[in-house]
Amino acid sequence: MGLFADKYPDVSYEEKLRLWDEVKADARFPDYLYGCYECGICVSACPSARFYDFSPRKIAQAAAREDIELIYEQMNDDVWNCSQCFSCNRCPRQNSPGGVITVLREVAVNNGLKSAAQALEGYSRIVYKIMGTGTQVSPDMLQPDAFPDWGPQVKQVSDELDLWRRALPPETLHTTKASWQVDERTLIELYLIWYNTGVMDMIANVDEGLNLILSDVMEEMLEEAGYEI
Amino acid sequence: MNVRVAVQPETERRFDRNAEDPRSEDFHDHLFALEEEGELVVQRVPEPFIEVMTKYGRTKKIPLDQTWHHKSCGQCGHIPGYSTSIIWIVRKLGYDYLDPTDQTSCTAWNYYASATSNAPAQAAVAHRNFAAAYETGYYPLIHCGTSYGHYKETREEIMHHAELRKQVREVMGKLGKPLVIPEEIVHYSEYIHAARNMIAERQVFDFSDIGVCIHPACHYYKLVEEDAIYDEDIYGGQRTATVTGVVTALGAEVRDYSTFFDCCGFGFRHILVSRDFTRSFATLRKIEVMKEEADPDVVISHDTGCVTTLDKSQYATGVAHGANVGVPVMSDSQFSALAMGAHPYRICQLHWHSTEYRPLLEKMGIDHEKAWAEFQQDLEDLKSGKKDYLTWEDIEN
Ligand code: SF4
Ligand code: SF4
Repeated sequence: MGLFADKYPDVSYEEKLRLWDEVKADARFPDYLYGCYECGICVSACPSARFYDFSPRKIAQAAAREDIELIYEQMNDDVWNCSQCFSCNRCPRQNSPGGVITVLREVAVNNGLKSAAQALEGYSRIVYKIMGTGTQVSPDMLQPDAFPDWGPQVKQVSDELDLWRRALPPETLHTTKASWQVDERTLIELYLIWYNTGVMDMIANVDEGLNLILSDVMEEMLEEAGYEI
Repeated sequence: MNVRVAVQPETERRFDRNAEDPRSEDFHDHLFALEEEGELVVQRVPEPFIEVMTKYGRTKKIPLDQTWHHKSCGQCGHIPGYSTSIIWIVRKLGYDYLDPTDQTSCTAWNYYASATSNAPAQAAVAHRNFAAAYETGYYPLIHCGTSYGHYKETREEIMHHAELRKQVREVMGKLGKPLVIPEEIVHYSEYIHAARNMIAERQVFDFSDIGVCIHPACHYYKLVEEDAIYDEDIYGGQRTATVTGVVTALGAEVRDYSTFFDCCGFGFRHILVSRDFTRSFATLRKIEVMKEEADPDVVISHDTGCVTTLDKSQYATGVAHGANVGVPVMSDSQFSALAMGAHPYRICQLHWHSTEYRPLLEKMGIDHEKAWAEFQQDLEDLKSGKKDYLTWEDIEN
């Protein structure tokens, strides 16, 4: 039994334990957690702790205590608040609460947790961009309706985009749909990595529609290049 | 207002390093042992290189010539003067380089935002890029702080987990590539730091009136901290020397502020889908504090996310909330390039930035009106079909 009331009583203890075992089975996990002094140094450095009800110390504590219910709750309610800045790496116990969170998130995605799917809503076009084009953002994403808070200058960029890109001296930067020009052969190699490391299955677990769109794009190019998927 | 000038940190505590007895293992020992066992290939730093000191007192080689420019998504996509300035500086110093198209993103921005990947995939992406550089004979120079941080993480994982190493080697085998790892993972800001005296020798504008606040990038010095550059002459060796070194070499005044160690608020997923957090953090914990305590003319940073966040967050908080903001933000590469006489629009591409920067250019002695008129003429030439693109040759001749 954990120290706190179980917030997800409908999910069985066995299921929560199974997810926790997956976290512990990650080869990186032993390097991310060595126990916890509960000193709070990580919290004092943590940007997310200043703005959310969020604490890397609680994450480290729950993991060190193996509080299965609390870990499950954090996996759903907390981990997506983390900024992944790794300011918490200054931990005197040599922990990386941010690293623990990376693994918790990955297990949440791998198991298709509803909270993970919700956290990634509105984010799928970015996943599509990075996995499909090999660069994370593109110049044509700079649209005033997407970034109204960035000021009127965004509209100017989007109005002049093609011209301004052609005015960039590095010839790799004349692109508008990717951050820089990526060779087709390079993209094929990237797609092979996604298929050979289980990433396509991870995507299917949280967003089946995205998986279908990505598969369409990738499989066509891979087949043309002579690869069987 | 009491402006805090950075000389020595205001603390009695000192971190004393000892290269003979460092706090962490020397990863080179592992790398070379693995190479000897035939597990991987280590790409050596080519000559000429400059030696600098890292956090625990070890020496790191920073190559000057034959660099393979591992570009950054956010820099190239949204603030392209950042990467253009890096390449311009390398050209100005007269060194050879390659701007490859056989390069993907490190994909770490997405990984830290969405976790829709895993350790083998991330390591394979890193090693595909390393192999692509190795095949050309040029040495990777990493433009993005997050790529730099993430590649150091994947290096640790590849070194310490034989199973992962095997898995990634197999994936590389399917791509027809060897498992290669650079002897040093080098960030462009380390290149600028190492070359700062050469840059200062080519300085054409006096920056002694320019007050600067520095924001060091978390993924540069907090994530696998042992690779980051420190220097006993800069902050007494107590903070990373990168960025501060070049700003000081250019004669500008580095002004300290109390939230130096705070992150910028980028958050990876937050900047894309939860920007209220990003804006609040960047304003309340960084820009407003800098303004109140140091009143800088410019904020200089050395990573994609930091420059984007600190620049773009100011508009909404200033207009909607009346926050005490309004400081231009740029990279050390843009700042150095301006000092060396780079064109503010053709090279530094400041028109992609949000916060007003023209008063800063005036203080630097740069005629931005003339420069803008020249750039408009370039655009006319492109519009009329006189030119398809603006090239290095166009702007250097
Ligand atoms: S800094 Fe480390 S030891 Fe201290 S509370 Fe955080 S995780 Fe625990
Ligand atoms: S990585 Fe996450 S938990 Fe750690 S300091 Fe940054 S925001 Fe906080």
